Amino acid sequence: MRKGQYRFVAGFLLVPVALYLIFVIWPYIQTFGYSLTDWKGQSQTFKFVGLDNYRALFQDDVFLEAIWHNILFLVFIPVITILLALFFAFMVNAGGRSRAGGVQGVAGSKFYKIVYFFPQVLSLAILAVLFNAVYRSDGGGLLNGFLIKLGLVDAENPVEWLNEPSIVLWALMVVVIWNSVGFYLVLFSAAMQSIPRDVYEAALIDGAGRAQSFFRITLPLLWDTVQTAWVYLGIVAMDMFVLVSSMTQNMGAYGGGPDHHSDVMSTVMMRNFLYYGKSGYACAMGVVMLLLTLILSVVTLRATRRERIEF
Amino acid sequence: MSAPLKETAPTGGPAPAGPPVSKSAARAGERRGEGVVLNVFSHGFLALWALLIVLPLLWLVISSFKTDAQIGGSAFGWPHNWSFGVFSRAWNKGIGDYFLNTVIVLVFSVPLTMLFGSMAAYVLARYQFWGNRLLYYFFVAGAMFPVFLALVPLFFMVKRLDMLNTYQGLILVYIAYSMPFTVFFMHAFFRTLPTAVFEAAILDGASHTRTFFQVMMPMAKPGLISVGIFNTLGQWNQFILPTVLMQPQSGSDPERYVLTQGLIQLQQQQGYASDLPVLFAGVTIAMIPMLVVYLSFQRQVQAGLTSATLK
Repeated sequence: MRKGQYRFVAGFLLVPVALYLIFVIWPYIQTFGYSLTDWKGQSQTFKFVGLDNYRALFQDDVFLEAIWHNILFLVFIPVITILLALFFAFMVNAGGRSRAGGVQGVAGSKFYKIVYFFPQVLSLAILAVLFNAVYRSDGGGLLNGFLIKLGLVDAENPVEWLNEPSIVLWALMVVVIWNSVGFYLVLFSAAMQSIPRDVYEAALIDGAGRAQSFFRITLPLLWDTVQTAWVYLGIVAMDMFVLVSSMTQNMGAYGGGPDHHSDVMSTVMMRNFLYYGKSGYACAMGVVMLLLTLILSVVTLRATRRERIEF
Repeated sequence: MSAPLKETAPTGGPAPAGPPVSKSAARAGERRGEGVVLNVFSHGFLALWALLIVLPLLWLVISSFKTDAQIGGSAFGWPHNWSFGVFSRAWNKGIGDYFLNTVIVLVFSVPLTMLFGSMAAYVLARYQFWGNRLLYYFFVAGAMFPVFLALVPLFFMVKRLDMLNTYQGLILVYIAYSMPFTVFFMHAFFRTLPTAVFEAAILDGASHTRTFFQVMMPMAKPGLISVGIFNTLGQWNQFILPTVLMQPQSGSDPERYVLTQGLIQLQQQQGYASDLPVLFAGVTIAMIPMLVVYLSFQRQVQAGLTSATLK
């Protein structure tokens, strides 16, 4: 390569690499170092405490409970979202009337896709305000109001969706699922449409019904996409910061209530960092979150690995 | 990477209408039985979910016209008078400022993200030099780590640069955190562009820089649009970074909240001075640009967001 070309390459890389190093990579690395100190953030001095923060973490009931909540989210959010999205994607693409050419999509499938996908472009902050209103603990809330109308809930004694320890996690899950189904519907739907029609036609000639062609053809060919969806929903389940911090009772700050029943790792970490000022301790939590995320990705990719089918 | 790229190619003309179901279904009128039952069944479920998406959103928009007492009273019932005053009240009560702050940040952060991201991606995709692969993985690896891992050191890094609660600070951080996806996607895009044009430009005596800006960038337009939409939505909806970086640093430091942060702030204030119509009107104002962008670029938005997850 000529000299001028080197200068060009270096010139183009300079700013992006510098920004990325300063604001992303260096902080990532620093976190590991700070997690071994008793740094309080405000003070300029701190000392090395080894693995004390990590030891404290595993005795911190709030954090342990938060991990448990993340695991619950990790199990239910992907399963329910993917099942619903697959169901709707199948309905949209193959729920129509059958005709000579075989099975096809329902009328208005484009309309459904547009509507279902819309929540995905809204910010989680908007969803938080919306669902706070939906979950209001009196007749003014959409959900309670509706259930009172149906006579399922006593008007004098409505459900406290976000203040009931046994309900709050489910209430939060519903928001995520409501928000995500459309996105994965579109994702699966694109994958379904890339499956060649003659595969279905061959199956039809061989006498396969709709259910059979879904489980024997569509699902196996969609597996890669389902796997991707699983990893991404897993990452969402590991986060949950915006919804928990802005929809649940504050445990000092950043939600988590009632009585830490909805706390997740991210809210506990932010509370320790910005509210209690325990920077070193918060860094240790960040490292644990990273480890769990990496474990999650590896486990998901391994557990769902199948022979790849080319078509 | 060829599959997502195909999807993201923008269609010049109007999007094709849905499948010609009604006509063909009429022709195949005699084929009833299973198909019809399934058709009714699928339409039923699809319509139900569509209602579950639309109704809460519509309900919130309508609620912003109500009075506070009416909102608390019953979830149903129409507003007494449809006065648009509440929207100007919301605008003046902070939403206007939040809106403006978000726009100021994004006007700089999105184009600069695209510029720097494309520059890095282009050089990495098109030039052989020592460490090329390494640098590519270095950029892409950033997408794997949860942002929480970096938050604490990032805060102190921005503080040391004296850029907490400043537009430029948030802009730089947004650019840096958008790098992994932008580089990843644009890298794949630049690889698919034909080399002949590039060689012709160089033979004609254009410099490398000029070739990039006047030949390669225009050719990469479809990719730029997809990534641009993805970054715009992502940065517009970002909540965690501004929550950490955009807090007033002293009594005299003015608030520079972005929209997401401001909405949550308004919601938190509800405890002291209840003015729910203003909050709902704020959410409505925040939703409008998203709705407009979504409906006008519906195909590109769906393709841009979903292609982010593929591979």
